Amino acid sequence: MTAVSAHAAGPADLRERPGVAVRLEGLTRRYGSVVALDGLDLDISGGEFVALLGPSGCGKTTALRAIAGFDRPDGGRVLVDRRDVTDVPANKRDMGMVFQAYSLFPNLTVAENVAFGLRVRRRAKPERAGRAAELLDLVGLADRAGRYPHQLSGGQQQRVALARALAVAPQVLLLDEPLSALDAQVRVQLREEIRRIQLELGITTVFVTHDQSEALSVADRVGVLRAGRLEQIAGPDELYERPATAFVAEFVGTMNRLPATLSGGEVEVLAVRRAVAGAAPPTRPVVALIRPESLLVEADPAGDGRVVTRTFSGASTRLAIALPGGVEVRADVASAASQHLIPGTAVRVRPAERPVLVAPAEPA
Amino acid sequence: MTTLTGVAGAGGVAPDTPVRRGRRGAGAWRYAVLLVLGLYFLVPICASVWFTVRDRRTGGVTAEHYTGIPGAEGFADAFGRSLALAALTVVLALALMVPTVVLVELRLPRLRTTVELLTLMPLVLPPIALVVGVRSVLSWAPDYFLNTPLADAFFALQKPSLPWILVFVYVILVLPFVYRALDAGVRGSDLKTLTEAARSLGASWPRVLTSVVLPVLRTSVLNASFLTVALVMGEFTIAVILGFETFPTWIVRISGSQPQLSVAVSVLSLMVTWGLLLLISALDRRRGTKENP
Repeated sequence: MTAVSAHAAGPADLRERPGVAVRLEGLTRRYGSVVALDGLDLDISGGEFVALLGPSGCGKTTALRAIAGFDRPDGGRVLVDRRDVTDVPANKRDMGMVFQAYSLFPNLTVAENVAFGLRVRRRAKPERAGRAAELLDLVGLADRAGRYPHQLSGGQQQRVALARALAVAPQVLLLDEPLSALDAQVRVQLREEIRRIQLELGITTVFVTHDQSEALSVADRVGVLRAGRLEQIAGPDELYERPATAFVAEFVGTMNRLPATLSGGEVEVLAVRRAVAGAAPPTRPVVALIRPESLLVEADPAGDGRVVTRTFSGASTRLAIALPGGVEVRADVASAASQHLIPGTAVRVRPAERPVLVAPAEPA
Repeated sequence: MTTLTGVAGAGGVAPDTPVRRGRRGAGAWRYAVLLVLGLYFLVPICASVWFTVRDRRTGGVTAEHYTGIPGAEGFADAFGRSLALAALTVVLALALMVPTVVLVELRLPRLRTTVELLTLMPLVLPPIALVVGVRSVLSWAPDYFLNTPLADAFFALQKPSLPWILVFVYVILVLPFVYRALDAGVRGSDLKTLTEAARSLGASWPRVLTSVVLPVLRTSVLNASFLTVALVMGEFTIAVILGFETFPTWIVRISGSQPQLSVAVSVLSLMVTWGLLLLISALDRRRGTKENP
């Protein structure tokens, strides 16, 4: 694996080009009786990096394929730079795409792969070669130009695919789970590199993933999809701290579900009262949704919780704690302050002093 | 998740098979089987070669039957005709099946079974049944369409110098082989992703076909072409029943008067077939070394 270092800031024409806005209006797509997209609306500003996140079958890939032109929506429009491209074929859309599966042409060298889009556009040979070299340099693979795809590692292949997608100076960059076939370490490295290049070039980017840590770490905004609709779209912090719905709350990050009761506009959970975050559900019974880091844990011989497991992960340690009534919660505590909280320790658990999200008790 | 570990030479490249260490004695068995098979194939060929090089008058060895082939009466015509038929059959069969296989893979995967069954028909249906049907249509149609352009078309199909009707029948006969060769290539590569990648880079469909699909399927196309040539160069039944002279029917015709010449031609055509086979695998190997410095 080639080390990532500070490369040249990429081809000048790419950098100086302002990112274009992408707009999806009421996109609908059905496969037989399955509704993949159910009137999806999405606004992406120029130069923005938006991640589409959701469980499999939520429609995120269908949405991306509709933008790319591989999938024709049954209803709705796709606008790029305020131009309706819904009926424009994929090869005329001016989009760069990186796929989940390795997609390099096996019969072409790395440099020829990168230059493919320019060859299609009948650019002169010296221009193609220069551009390929420039982009391979951008992704840190200048020394692999003469290799064939099968001689590269998975991470290298995906970088070449990224260089190939960028070589044609596309208006929009589409990433369809480009990291899911890679090892964890390469994944983290490459996602940071993708973000670096995206920021350098200022290209509007749509990134589809089912991995929430990937989405939260690189995107300007993350859109959570569920059953073909956008459940919430917000910056990573807001999505994590103030999820709009219980679905988002549980899909993004780890969430504890604790039995709770509502009274007087407040929620009672773990025998303490807290303000309700957002709107309380109209139905009863309810559960409180609390993140592991929002639970306070103290060793207390009279406490009714028991530490079950203790998982060290650097600065913080995750505890699994059994509470009465068969409830088990996960709590994150500072590693340095929790060495005494070994399995079997009696503890007292209470929610941190902040509004608590409440959801209907039945799984949403 | 699809990983493209076996793309190079898709269709023709089998995954590495681990060599299993058998019991003591397995080696001996292997050589025994090889010996029996070798004898089974080599004895008739050696006998044929001996038959063609033996000089009956002097009892010595002569190459005159081989050197006499090019000048033999009717050889050039029949051989040239068969080559032309083979080339036309290859072109037509590929023009028909490459887009079909690609279309089924990319757009109509549900039709795969149907297409597979359809291409199997020529194997299930005896060629004799096919050719008898073709013959009766050929004899009936010109009369029926007399004085119309269709009648002329039927006559043109049966022109003895280049009987197009044989091309059409041969295309049907080679469908099972061509389809299977191409299908193996398509399955061994992620054609869907590759074509989408090319599309998003601005390639038109014809461009996708020539720059992406054909290179990926190169070995499969070569295999399919080779099988087609071999079949056409050796096909006897249909040509003889329809009354055309092709290379195989010519061999049979002269075997009565010049048996040694006819066997020499057969041996030579066997060599040509092997040569083609070696050429294809050499092309594949060259590509392998190019990609594995």
